Amino acid sequence: MLTQDLFYETYWALSANKVRSFLTILGIVIGIGSVIAMIAVGQGAQNSIQSSIQSAGANLLTITPGAAKGVGVTISAGRGSSQTLTQDDATAISQQVPLLKAVSPEFTRRSQVTAKGTNTNTGVLGVTSAYMSVHNIQIDQGNFITDQQNTNASRVAVLGPTARDDLFGAGANAMGSTIVINSQEFKVVGITLTKGGTGFNNPDDSIYIPLTTMQHFLAGDTTGYLSDIAVSVTDQSSMDEAQNEITNILLARHKISDPTQADFSIINQADIVASASTVTNTFTILLASVAGISLLVGGIGIMNMMLTTVTERTREIGLRKAIGAHKTDITKQFLAEAIMLTILGGIIGVLLGWLLALGVSRFAGIATQISVSSIALAFGVSAGIGIIFGYYPARRAAGLSPIEALRYE
Amino acid sequence: MIEIKNITKTYKSGDNETQALKGVSFTVKDGEFVAIMGPSGSGKSTLMHIIGALDIPSSGQYLLDGKDVSTLSEDELGEIRKKHIGFVFQAFNLLPRTTVLRNVELPLMYAEVPKEQREQRAKEALLAAGMSEDRFLHYSNQISGGQMQRVAIARALVNNPSLILADEPTGNLDTKTGEIVLGTFQKLNDAGRTVVLITHERDVAEHAQKIIMLRDGVIVKEETTHKRRIANPELVNDIK
Repeated sequence: MLTQDLFYETYWALSANKVRSFLTILGIVIGIGSVIAMIAVGQGAQNSIQSSIQSAGANLLTITPGAAKGVGVTISAGRGSSQTLTQDDATAISQQVPLLKAVSPEFTRRSQVTAKGTNTNTGVLGVTSAYMSVHNIQIDQGNFITDQQNTNASRVAVLGPTARDDLFGAGANAMGSTIVINSQEFKVVGITLTKGGTGFNNPDDSIYIPLTTMQHFLAGDTTGYLSDIAVSVTDQSSMDEAQNEITNILLARHKISDPTQADFSIINQADIVASASTVTNTFTILLASVAGISLLVGGIGIMNMMLTTVTERTREIGLRKAIGAHKTDITKQFLAEAIMLTILGGIIGVLLGWLLALGVSRFAGIATQISVSSIALAFGVSAGIGIIFGYYPARRAAGLSPIEALRYE
Repeated sequence: MIEIKNITKTYKSGDNETQALKGVSFTVKDGEFVAIMGPSGSGKSTLMHIIGALDIPSSGQYLLDGKDVSTLSEDELGEIRKKHIGFVFQAFNLLPRTTVLRNVELPLMYAEVPKEQREQRAKEALLAAGMSEDRFLHYSNQISGGQMQRVAIARALVNNPSLILADEPTGNLDTKTGEIVLGTFQKLNDAGRTVVLITHERDVAEHAQKIIMLRDGVIVKEETTHKRRIANPELVNDIK
């Protein structure tokens, strides 16, 4: 049987009962469509979580004071408030670990900040110039905190755009204005570029001042200690190596021989990304498997229709065999019908899924991403379903004896 | 040439054994028009299935053009049907929603004959079976019963088979239309085709040159038709 005949016969058979064919296709359309849409939602969520983690800075290791209990596990009380990390630790790390691009010692406090009668409660960060490259901060107006300002313990501040909006009004020009933190006056010398991102340490809702200034005027009795040290590693593949080296240096400096007793912990950004990925992957798999069930139901619908068709067309099958159709010809014909149904369903389903994903990101505000691989997967799966669920009815048709089939009323 | 040598066929259903054919032998020469006649239960359907390579005998030998067909596998039988046998059924068995022309092309499709040749051969077969050209593109359900059976005859002819096997071809037709169909067979036979006609009606059987009478699975009489009926040629030529 020639391929073009196979196509013609398939079209002929499916157009015999258009409503039934359409309803059967609908099962596949809904199945494939929801798989595509759900994977798109899942991948979109994964991407947005990863990019928000990564927006904190590339290849970031964060060293915080307090004992570590392993990644992702609650760290013993006093994390951040323990006074075990010093400026000297930061200096030692930057001198002894060649894999690092930059080391940013940081001291963070939440403070009441006022300007011209308005006030806000926000994160005040004592930083060095390294902060900018470690955390990917970009400057909109003026300059970031410089080394010179750190040496002089200058009373200058760089505002995040949200902090600026809160203090001076949306989009107001705050350059050169004065803000008051803990009764100390600071001159605004720069505004950072909007970065986006949410959560506790929103970079847009922060105020940056020189680390030394922070320690002199705002830290009180915690002078000399750091709330964390953030380092960026040159190369993503050497994250673990850098983490080990830093651990060894700090253990030696703090004279701790047992690593489990360490008085600091290191949070590896790659680990956070990985565990976030695990969560979103689970989420994606959950969504996709619910959708997959509807695809399975669609496949069973195909099988049901094909079995009905075989029964209805028993005489026709007998005739075809009598005039010379081989078993393989009959198998091919019925299999082609099932595959045609699922492929059509697959095409419409991909379009539907794409529209659904667009709708979700537009109306529900959830980022979605349609990947080529999920479309390829959908096609593969729909063709596969056609073969799996079409094979049994096709074999049944081919196995009919021409005598019985012709006698069938 | 068909040679049937001492053929038997036994059906088993559970513990029951039914012997439908109990040793049947006869020969149909090329160009002959033979009717196999018998009441229902005589085994003529079973014999038709064996001659038509739809089934194989339990014992005995069936030679079709010298080739032993009695021991072939299902697919090999399919090959024999495709190349050597053209079927005409009582119920016509045309594909619905399909043109007359495409119905006739169907056996050629399975024989993988190229498209252009197919159409040409189907047209020739339709003309030979007495269909007028203006009906070729009609759908199979838009034509009369007599025309349907002629389309079925054309379909049986199109592959140029050694044998045309007609199973009660007039069973669903009125007498006049039946006469036209039988006339069509006679005309084809005159042109050299071998025709085997299965029927239970004497009147129909008498259109053949030879009648084989079957009863209870054995041949009771094999005779040359004394008063052969010839269909009115005017009827046959009146192809509209």
